[in-house]
Amino acid sequence: MSVVTEGLTRVLAHPRRGSIPVPLVGGWVPARGVVVVGGVGLATLVLGVIALGLGDLPLSPSEVVHALFATDGSFSSTVVRDWRLPRVLGALVFGAGLAVSGAVFQSLTRNPLGSPDVIGFSTGAYTGALVALTVVGAGAVSASVGALVGGLLTALVVYVLAYRRGMQGFRLIIVGIAVTAMLHAVNLFLLLRAQEEVAMAAAIWGAGSISLLSWPVLVTAAVGLLLCLPGLLLVPGLRQLELGDDAAAAHGVPVERTRIGLVLFAVALVAIVTASAGPIAFVALAAPQVARRLAGSAGIPLVSSAAVGAFLLLGADLIAQHALPVDVPVGIVTVVLGGAYLLSLLIQEARRR
Amino acid sequence: MTALRPRPGIAAATAAGETRSPASRAVGLLVVLVLLVAAVLASLAVGARAIPPLEVLQILFGQDSGQNALVVRQLRVPRTLIGLAVGAALGVAGALIQAVTRNPLADPGILGVNSGAAFALALGTALGVAAGPLGTLALAFLGAFAASVLVYAIGSLGRGGASPVRLILAGVALGAVLAGITQAIVLTDRERFAAMTAWQSGSLLDRDINLLWWALPFVGAGLVIALALGSSLNAIALGDDLAAALGDNVMRTRVLAVTAVMLLAGSATALAGPIAFVGLMVPHMVRWIVGPDQRWIVAYSVLAAPVLLLSADVVGRVLVPPGELPAGIVTALIGAPVLIVLVRRRKASEL
Repeated sequence: MSVVTEGLTRVLAHPRRGSIPVPLVGGWVPARGVVVVGGVGLATLVLGVIALGLGDLPLSPSEVVHALFATDGSFSSTVVRDWRLPRVLGALVFGAGLAVSGAVFQSLTRNPLGSPDVIGFSTGAYTGALVALTVVGAGAVSASVGALVGGLLTALVVYVLAYRRGMQGFRLIIVGIAVTAMLHAVNLFLLLRAQEEVAMAAAIWGAGSISLLSWPVLVTAAVGLLLCLPGLLLVPGLRQLELGDDAAAAHGVPVERTRIGLVLFAVALVAIVTASAGPIAFVALAAPQVARRLAGSAGIPLVSSAAVGAFLLLGADLIAQHALPVDVPVGIVTVVLGGAYLLSLLIQEARRR
Repeated sequence: MTALRPRPGIAAATAAGETRSPASRAVGLLVVLVLLVAAVLASLAVGARAIPPLEVLQILFGQDSGQNALVVRQLRVPRTLIGLAVGAALGVAGALIQAVTRNPLADPGILGVNSGAAFALALGTALGVAAGPLGTLALAFLGAFAASVLVYAIGSLGRGGASPVRLILAGVALGAVLAGITQAIVLTDRERFAAMTAWQSGSLLDRDINLLWWALPFVGAGLVIALALGSSLNAIALGDDLAAALGDNVMRTRVLAVTAVMLLAGSATALAGPIAFVGLMVPHMVRWIVGPDQRWIVAYSVLAAPVLLLSADVVGRVLVPPGELPAGIVTALIGAPVLIVLVRRRKASEL
């Protein structure tokens, strides 16, 4: 049965020719990867400047740059720096975090659908945050800790339920879909039971929104994400695990310890983003796959994924904010885009079979 | 894995003659009927204003007693009637989809059919073309039909035809896209869609009883088609080739089944919003009583599915006082574990 998902994995893992390795500190990075990161980074920068200029007070790119670095305390610099910049930076940071988490999970499960939003960790993290908010009380720290615990517990439950004489990709995904549906119901239940003011705040946040992101929340989340950075030390181990557990063990990688460490790292990334912005679906699914296609690499490139994730979430937020008559939560836009992307993956995979 | 291979569970069961005796079916029928009456009574009695079942009976059979009679007649009887119709429609739609796709994990909610109907309704309302009950129903049918054809087409692309997992992935992906756009449409015009926000998660609260009268003929037609298809569905369970060899027109059966699913799932969604998992659970539960014969599965689903939906609705009324948990949320809470059990069972995973 796993023919389907394995086939999907195989198609998506198909490497492209023409990548030239160049030596960098800490390993070999394909030249094409560097170009991809540079290109996507540049596109993201342009998109960011555009995003900073859009709104009730339209600003040209040069005015935006001026407002960013102005020290005269003008109105436009207040608008750009205090109101628009947190949202744009939030999209970049959260997009990158989600994408890296998705890349790690997709590598670990060797399956593009093994990303945390499909399997339900994002919804679980939201459940954890909701429990923390309604039981312990409001606060960024309690929400983050709750989201972390919720995400980890969901990961554990999903894996235990999906495990039966080995792990099969399709079972993992369907168990994830079921657990997501259940947690969604639990979340609504908690929201309806909560005090009104908590419920109002949590409901806006529940659709996955960065429209109300303020500097303190952003800084807290960014610090949290920075604290996760040591997890990147495990990435060489991840590359070995991609070759299979036996091969990794033969190369001296402590397989289980590395795997658990990587899961912790990836869940922590999702949890921190979810605690600050609510569940934003499908960035973790799509960004690594887009990055892999752009970079033409065999494995899933983490840095390119982060760049693509930042670009995708910023783009989705621009659509959410400006393309529709009203400001909708960015999570709605990513669900639509990501679902369409998943459909196109299914169609492509069927064509190649 | 190929479309030609029969579903192992049903084929094995049929081959081994694992059918139930008429006696056990009769006992099962009695149990289901008792449960149905109990669910209807509970649905009339339970709520923000609890009314003793005896008084409910008195009110129903003529003896008026003021405020309580008003609540029962104006609110709870319509709500219960809608629950009965929606439940039967969803249960039979699920049984049909499971039989036609030979997929034990199929459900009009999971496969995105209900999301299609909901999306068409939201779009129609936004564009101002959802005029009157007939227009509403037509839109829901259109959306349900388009979504089911699209999901089946995407799920069965390439060699090997529609496998359960590909179908579910296609359904979940399309459902996510459609639900996302529906939500965006609803958010753009909060006033016009005030009634739709609760409806989005599937609820029997404050639904339009007039729509039920318009929908009943369509639900009835869907149920009749489903009941008439029983023996053809049994043939399809053996695989397309064998069904054709047995003299069954497989294509005709498929077209009729999709038509019935469109009528049933479309009506149910127009009445109560997109409700998932009822169509998944009920056919499996019914199978314990009646065995693998599709004729009996469909017939029992008509009676058993409303029990589940009404119970979910009643539970939703008491869980979060003073508010209500939508019935669709309660069915997800009960139904998702069933999906997990099904996918962990070896028979299902071998499909």
